[in-house]
Amino acid sequence: MNLAPHLPALQVVVPLIAAPLTVLLRRRSVAFGVALVASWLALAISLQLWWQVANTGTISYAIGSWPAPWGIEYRIDRLNSFLLVLVSGIAALALPFSRSSIESEVPPQQHYLFYTMFVLCLAGLLGISITGDAFNIFVFLEVSSLSAYVLIALGRDRRALFAAYQYLLMGSIGATFLVIGIGLLYLMTGTLNLADMGQRLASVQGTRPVLAALAFITVGVSLKLALFPLHQWLPNAYAFAPSAVSAFLAATATKVAVYVLLRFYFTVFGESAVFAKLPMQQMMLLMALAGMFAASTIAIFQTDLKRLFAYSSVAQIGYIILGLSFNSVNGLTASIVHLFNHGITKGAIFMLLGCVALGMGGTTLARVQGLGKRMPLASFGIVVGGLSLMGVPGTAGFISKWYLLLAALEQGQWWLVFMIVLSSLLAAVYVWRFVEVAYFRAPRQDTADVAATPWLMSVPTAILVIAIVYFGLDTSFTIGTASDAAAALLGGRR
Amino acid sequence: MTGTSSAMTLGGHFTYFITIFLMIAGLFTVISRTNLIKKLVGLGIFQTSVYLLYIAPAKLIGGTAPILSDAFTVYSNPLPHVLILTAIVVGVATLALGLALVVRIRESYDTIEEDEVLDRDTQAEGDGKAT
Repeated sequence: MNLAPHLPALQVVVPLIAAPLTVLLRRRSVAFGVALVASWLALAISLQLWWQVANTGTISYAIGSWPAPWGIEYRIDRLNSFLLVLVSGIAALALPFSRSSIESEVPPQQHYLFYTMFVLCLAGLLGISITGDAFNIFVFLEVSSLSAYVLIALGRDRRALFAAYQYLLMGSIGATFLVIGIGLLYLMTGTLNLADMGQRLASVQGTRPVLAALAFITVGVSLKLALFPLHQWLPNAYAFAPSAVSAFLAATATKVAVYVLLRFYFTVFGESAVFAKLPMQQMMLLMALAGMFAASTIAIFQTDLKRLFAYSSVAQIGYIILGLSFNSVNGLTASIVHLFNHGITKGAIFMLLGCVALGMGGTTLARVQGLGKRMPLASFGIVVGGLSLMGVPGTAGFISKWYLLLAALEQGQWWLVFMIVLSSLLAAVYVWRFVEVAYFRAPRQDTADVAATPWLMSVPTAILVIAIVYFGLDTSFTIGTASDAAAALLGGRR
Repeated sequence: MTGTSSAMTLGGHFTYFITIFLMIAGLFTVISRTNLIKKLVGLGIFQTSVYLLYIAPAKLIGGTAPILSDAFTVYSNPLPHVLILTAIVVGVATLALGLALVVRIRESYDTIEEDEVLDRDTQAEGDGKAT
């Protein structure tokens, strides 16, 4: 049997099948094996799909052989093939990491369920990215969200429960807003296929239900991607979830939501509709700037590193939305490449914090005093990640900032250049807080000896830290894909 | 979907009024209540309103299931019905998970009031700093 033409379906089906298998097999080492194989297969498939799309163009796959506007279509272009690589790549690294890190965080009898939820979440996120059907997006969004709520609730601290509950409320409201928007679009166009919907919307452009749909989808997805005033669920969810979960969700969940927003704005509504009929550009710009400054400022005053970097995530989402608001090829390239670069940076930082939590017994600033002496490699890794958040040349973060600055200069908005640099300084301040505590304070005497970091945790973490530097130097993969994807998004309607 | 005359607009939009009312009532309950169960009830109402938004325009009065037959000429659109079947399942799963979380919250905090949970967290944080 030739499986090659069915790779788009297998991308989602493999982790989806692995989920019930882990429940049935129960033994935690077996469940871990199944989940690991599934996530690595997903990575292999996503790389193969990325390569195929790069060479032969967009892939369209009809689920169950029902042709596109009627059946569900999986449509893979430059943009989502890039995202598939990010999501499955982070999962393939976070899963081996979780094996040792959940030992101290989750009761052993629940480990197999942890893996179930993890692969379900992976299947959901991959499904959102790959599908070309509006309602399918909602279904996969709920698959990934529901499993994410459970994963967060598995955190050791009881505050994890309430964080998961808050995320559940906000996430469900966001998803319901998205369905309302999709419903209105379906009423106006009679189709659920995204590309088909985009074509049919041209005749009803600017009518009130369509504008209402745009508003509902924007608010709903913004809740999911934690755009600044709607980010309330994020800091606690990331702070109290098990380390592997924080790393996986911080690197992928919000990024996939950004992708949904890009897809609706540019493929379905078309940028002319989004940015001409409503003052979306100004609103997005305002939210992005508010996020960049407010969240970075809040991050400075956090006493727990996990919360600090969670707020930094909200600020970084601001950069992504800022790039989107430029509505230009460079701006979108910056957004898309920052999805990837911020994904690997935050993935690395939260994994490193997982190692630190295991070694030092916590991630509060008071606990990590003298980390530079106790765990030199881990604390060096966090500094590298921090430099990437600031956008220092030689790290991945610099590349996205560079394109963001280019986009701002292109439109002659000098004040925005100034704002971007200023907000990077805020990032420097919160990263400095860590540096000061880790390198310039003596280690606490009352802490016991540092527990050695298991290799299953240190190897994936090291790979991600190296990736931060690698993608800061060699941008052929990231910028190459992102600029193609940005041009395709903007070219579709011109 | 469109009313046949302007006089019918109000009647034709009847289901939309119900939908919007349920939507706002649900969302208001989620935001205004502090009881975690009541919040979930509000969320349920909010989600249910969307079912109506999809189903009402798809149902034609006198329409049947779209099975080809000489006896019938008016059919209801089955697709929204099927979509909402999926959405109902999702809604049930969300509610079940939400209630399970509330049970766990009650076990560890001994309350299901949002403000009391938050109070206990700030207290615990204060104690943590003191020691």
